[in-house]
Amino acid sequence: MSVESSSTSVAVTDAQSKNVRKPKYSRFSQQELDAWQPILTPSWAISIFTVIGLIFIPVGLASLFASESVVEVPFRYDDECLPPDYKNDALAYIQNDSINKTCTRKLTVKNNMQAPIYVYYQLGNFYQNHRRYVKSRNDKQLRNKASEGDVSSCSPEDYTSNEMGHKPIVPCGIIAWSLFNDTYKLSSNNKDLVINKKNIAWKSDQLAKFGSDVYPKNFQTGGLIGGARLNESIPLSEQEDLIVWMRTAALPTFRKLYGKIETDIEVNEEVTLVIENNYNTYEFGGKKSLVLSTTTWVGGRNHFLGMAYILIGGVSLLLAVGFLLLYVMQPRPLGDPSYLSWNKNPGSLR
Amino acid sequence: MMDPKTPCDSSSNFDSFMFNSLSRRSGISTQSRSSVRNNSIREVSFGHSVSKPVRYGSKGADSEALSTSQKEISDEDARLIYVDDPERTNEKFEFAGNSIRTAKYSIITFLPRNLFEQFHRVAYVYFLVIAVLNQLPQLAVFGRGVSILPLAFVLLVTAVKDAYEDWRRHNSDKIENNRLALVLVNGQFQEKKWKDVRVGEVIKISANETIPCDIVLLSTSDPTGVAYVQTINLDGESNLKSRYAKQETKSKLVEKERLNGLIKCEKPNRNIYGFHGNMEVDGKRLSLGSSNIVLRGCELKNTNWALGVSVYCGCETKAMLNSSGAPSKRSLLETRMNSEIIMLSFFLVALCTVSSVCAAVWLKRHKDELNLLPYYRKLDVSKGEEDSYEYYGWGLEILFTFLMAVIVYQVMIPISLYISMELVRVGQAYFMIGDSRMYDKATNSRFQCRALNINEDLGQIKYVFSDKTGTLTENKMEFQCASILGFDYSSAIESLENEQVEYSVQADGKIFKLKMMVKVNKELLQLSRSAFANKEGKQIYDFFLALAACNTIVPLLVDTSDPMVKLIDYQGESPDEQALTYAAAAYGFMLIERTSGHIVIDIHGERQRFDVLGLHEFDSDRKRMSVILGYNNNSVKIFVKGADTSILSVIDKSLNADILQATETHLHLYSSVGLRTLVVGMRDLNVSEFEQWHSAFEAASTALFGRAAMLRKVACNVENNLCILGATAIEDKLQQGVPESIESLRTAGIKVWVLTGDKQETAISIGYSSKLLTSNMTQIIINTNNRESCKRHLQDALVIAGNQMSVPGVSHNSEGSSDAVSTPLALVIDGTSLVYILDSELEEELFDLASRCSVVLCSRVAPLQKAGIVALVKNRTDDMTLAIGDGANDVSMIQMADVGVGISGQEGRQAVMASDFAMGQFRLLVPLLLIHGHWNYQRLGYMIIYNFYRNAIFVLVLFWYVLFTAFTLTTAINEWSSMLYSIIYTALPTIVVGILDKDLSKRTLLKNPQLYRAGLRNEAYNKKLFWLAMADTLWQSIAVFFAPLIAYWGTTVDVASIGDLWTLSVVILVNLHLAMDIIRWSWIIHAVIWGSIVATFICVVIIDAIPAFPGYWAIFHAAGTGVFWICLLGIVIAALLPRFVVKYIYQYYFPSDIQISREAEKYGNSRDNGGGQIEMLPVSDAPPR
Repeated sequence: MSVESSSTSVAVTDAQSKNVRKPKYSRFSQQELDAWQPILTPSWAISIFTVIGLIFIPVGLASLFASESVVEVPFRYDDECLPPDYKNDALAYIQNDSINKTCTRKLTVKNNMQAPIYVYYQLGNFYQNHRRYVKSRNDKQLRNKASEGDVSSCSPEDYTSNEMGHKPIVPCGIIAWSLFNDTYKLSSNNKDLVINKKNIAWKSDQLAKFGSDVYPKNFQTGGLIGGARLNESIPLSEQEDLIVWMRTAALPTFRKLYGKIETDIEVNEEVTLVIENNYNTYEFGGKKSLVLSTTTWVGGRNHFLGMAYILIGGVSLLLAVGFLLLYVMQPRPLGDPSYLSWNKNPGSLR
Repeated sequence: MMDPKTPCDSSSNFDSFMFNSLSRRSGISTQSRSSVRNNSIREVSFGHSVSKPVRYGSKGADSEALSTSQKEISDEDARLIYVDDPERTNEKFEFAGNSIRTAKYSIITFLPRNLFEQFHRVAYVYFLVIAVLNQLPQLAVFGRGVSILPLAFVLLVTAVKDAYEDWRRHNSDKIENNRLALVLVNGQFQEKKWKDVRVGEVIKISANETIPCDIVLLSTSDPTGVAYVQTINLDGESNLKSRYAKQETKSKLVEKERLNGLIKCEKPNRNIYGFHGNMEVDGKRLSLGSSNIVLRGCELKNTNWALGVSVYCGCETKAMLNSSGAPSKRSLLETRMNSEIIMLSFFLVALCTVSSVCAAVWLKRHKDELNLLPYYRKLDVSKGEEDSYEYYGWGLEILFTFLMAVIVYQVMIPISLYISMELVRVGQAYFMIGDSRMYDKATNSRFQCRALNINEDLGQIKYVFSDKTGTLTENKMEFQCASILGFDYSSAIESLENEQVEYSVQADGKIFKLKMMVKVNKELLQLSRSAFANKEGKQIYDFFLALAACNTIVPLLVDTSDPMVKLIDYQGESPDEQALTYAAAAYGFMLIERTSGHIVIDIHGERQRFDVLGLHEFDSDRKRMSVILGYNNNSVKIFVKGADTSILSVIDKSLNADILQATETHLHLYSSVGLRTLVVGMRDLNVSEFEQWHSAFEAASTALFGRAAMLRKVACNVENNLCILGATAIEDKLQQGVPESIESLRTAGIKVWVLTGDKQETAISIGYSSKLLTSNMTQIIINTNNRESCKRHLQDALVIAGNQMSVPGVSHNSEGSSDAVSTPLALVIDGTSLVYILDSELEEELFDLASRCSVVLCSRVAPLQKAGIVALVKNRTDDMTLAIGDGANDVSMIQMADVGVGISGQEGRQAVMASDFAMGQFRLLVPLLLIHGHWNYQRLGYMIIYNFYRNAIFVLVLFWYVLFTAFTLTTAINEWSSMLYSIIYTALPTIVVGILDKDLSKRTLLKNPQLYRAGLRNEAYNKKLFWLAMADTLWQSIAVFFAPLIAYWGTTVDVASIGDLWTLSVVILVNLHLAMDIIRWSWIIHAVIWGSIVATFICVVIIDAIPAFPGYWAIFHAAGTGVFWICLLGIVIAALLPRFVVKYIYQYYFPSDIQISREAEKYGNSRDNGGGQIEMLPVSDAPPR
């Protein structure tokens, strides 16, 4: 595409004119800057569609293959781990501390999983993005020992009750209060599959958002226990489960990293899961799953992007072919004045 | 308004149709394909042309004032001024001082007043309400600081702009107030600053000084008490006006004796042509009229000094009372935009309703769980007893949700658009002013953009109403032909077109030169120089003497760089007289000096002095003027000049019948080529006649009542039995490029109407010479003097117009009237007829008729009628009207029209002050409309739609997310990013594109005026485009939102990461969307588009690098994954794909004129030169039928 010629020269250079008021000439002020002037010609349109097709289909295929290669073993256990007696009264079960919540299940892994294998818990129908929820935290308090008493915006989990002395809760807010407290133990062939719970949180959060000198205080001491308790001798920056939990999920169905297994799992290996089913999702019909998954460059197992890319690429190629045919059959000379409305039907110039 | 009772010629009740056959011009458009029938076209004429006296402007008001000045002014309506006694005058402190203040603010009042004024705008109130809502704890969606930011930003920008403007006004006020004037204090003249001048003080003004306040003249350097003033700053008329001191005061020497006078005059008012009052001096009561007052802003000319007593000061002066700016106008685009804004408000309400209804349903369904729901936790046990935390009951929660939704979706109403539009208009104005095409060399005037809010209207003008004098024509008359003694001296002039004689005389060792060059006829020059012995020579002598003497011209001597050379500049009210005087001077009869008592004329180097015994000024009833000259040898002669009809009726027909006939033939010849004619006659007065006249004249001019009428009668009595001397023809020169401009405008689909105060014949002749009228047009002439015949004419004309329309082959389009050339009808109508039509039920018919005519010429219209005609069109159509004019009489029309353009040429300021745009010449209207108007319209039209899209897509993305947050109005997009979205991320590109992008080059636009019709067809902004854009917005928002949603469903993604992805994809998308529609990519546009995207990345990174935000470091984690980038790329392509396809199909298979011209600009250069190509500019001389 060519650069616009700026040959429209206005008689501006008569220097002898002493007219001070005459606007100074510059290509800018006369709006005659050199400019690239693209026009959407058939060749451009067709080649753009072709290029999109040629890029999108391979990328789509690649990500589809990558996503296909991910081995994902989901195991939903919220109803699975409910004893048959309590099938109709899950709340009574989960709220009764005296009942043993341990739940052991066996699972056969159909594909070979190569380390690292990520262990996730997946919650469904849990709105971590609820407006009340996301606001119920105090980032200052988490970061700074000096701000321990700063519990603004944490209500109703800001202070312990009056009987308990009305002390500030660290970490405050209902996000921390509702910390997930199911635990998993995995074993295979009577050999423990060690779940490494180190480095599951973002390094950046550990370094900057959660203080290494801030320790949990008065946490989960009230009448209402929302979830996990925290070891008060470990600073917040080391409480990786909490850090992961507090990076609130964007969508109502989400996973959180529980830990990593550093050994491979062979094909058809039987994995024994020992789940402490403590977390109350029965109240609101939330789903709980344990997910073992490997990962690739496109993340987890999700064919959507690959499919979408192939679709877009395919449509583009089709359009390219379609427009090419249309162009061959019905070309229009570019810039032909006979197509101008006043030349097409000079009788009525409207 | 014209006086309907003005005497009318009784013979005008003549209403038969006259069909004149005129043969069509031979030139046939080469481009027209349809067959052109070269038949003759009828000219239809109604009534017969009778010139009627019309009063308008200052002349009428002058005589009016004389008769009414005797009216008693009641005491409570009067102001009393004790001459030279300001203390007593201002005893009660009731009169304003002379300091003026155009500035709006002082340092203290700036903040409150400016804020108050800014909040007059609905947009800002909307901002404020949203911000205040957000301050309520229950509704706090955004942080406090964040929500105030946009409002604070726009308030600050506007305040800075206002402060700068006001600072400039302060400065100019200061300069104005500190000018010096000579004021009489204790019998001595002292210099005083203008601001200290008070009412009642006596002020002395020297030549060329500006008058500091409105003063009543007491005396002047001229013994007759006349002072000449230039009122160019006031009403724009550059000629000199005479003002008179009263006989009783003119001889008083105020320094010596205190003048004990009491002036009683009306309260300050805006009428610059009227003043009523009286003055009591020495027990005598004198009436004061508008000829006795000199207004602030005038300049004293040709008078050494003048004394006056100030009556109105400062803000009470007529000039200041009239200095209110042009009424604010709103552009059509903005008005049209409002309906879409209302539509967007509906969308907003709909989105909020959906959100709150969903929330209501959700709350209802989860009512029992809310207490312990981990993400809701209504139960609050910390206070000891059970309490519900931040829950106000179902109803209130829904209301709060609704209000919060309004806050979250606030940008759906694109408030930022108003600010961007203003910035864009400022930028457009900069380029319009800076365009060297818009500069007029002749008057050294730049284009002025006085109104900043209607730039885009210039691209949609459908009607142009043009004044004639000074607009189409230069207000320079040129002496062209003379007919003396029945001999025509014009043919020779034409052959010597380029020969201009610089005539000069020498006297007192000084050389006097004329300021203007005049073309002369060699033969006549020879004759005029020859001895005046024979009769012929005598006649020629008298003819030129009449031209030099019979006028009210004041010669001004202007110094030149050479001290020996003086330039003579003839100043006078009538440009015709100026031209004649210059002509007389060029033929050797040079007027050197004029006082009220005598004139000095240099006749071929010999100075002769004539006593001016009497002067009958021109009035519109007599339509002639006369001067009575006393010769040295005591003979007395009367010289008369005037309109042909008025002189020919008082000529002594028994004398020189053949000369008379020849002269009449010549007159007809002259006027047929569009020249303005005057007839000159003279008569010797014998002693008894003179005595009789003299006593009558004396009596009349000292009469207190009905002086004007008496003087007229005296004049009529003496102006008779004249002997004809000859006739003159003056060319009313068309301005440069007028016919071409009108041609361009008409090709562009603009209807040009000419409204002139001149008579019909002149209007028609100008119509022809400016190509407005062409010979193939059917003329409909309406020229009546009563309502009934007027009505009949209109109906008959409508029938004819209807017939014209139904001729086979002519456009069947009932709206065919909108086209300039398909219906060659021309309507010529005069002011008298308009009196009966305007403001009556006939208006409708006139509009009907006029809208079917391609040309409308209105002659003899008064200033208010001009406005009435504009209103006629404006009130009945949505079409945009533009009025262009240069004089004070065009002001009402300029203010009435949607767009007012003032010509800032030699005629001064009044029209410019009232206008929205001002420029040097009529022809600049073509680049203004065709280039800048087109650009402005295309740019702003696109910009509005784009801004709707830009904000709606953002809101929709927010809205979709709300559906996945239990309807609680959480925003995934960081609140700072939401605020910066319309300030940093996407604001600059649309503004810069709105200022800089141009669809077509200047050359193409000028070459193809038809391209202007894109604006008339509302191509850049219409409902269809709006709905298309909204559909596109819906698709794009779905692509943006749902792709990441599905891709990240059931993954570990956190709010901030996915929010960053949405932010970036929306921003990149809207910027690329804009980029796709940009036509010319200059480096600036590259910089802002890519710069904005980069800036967004930087901002997102900065926001995510602040540990205090929950989203800390999210972008770095997200950007480290492949999904993020694949999503981003996929979103952008998928979102833009439909638009791209539609754009391509439209551009290639359904190309608009603009698109084809763009292609032609780029690829069609070779074709342009090729032979046999279709000419792109049809010649409309022979329009296809």
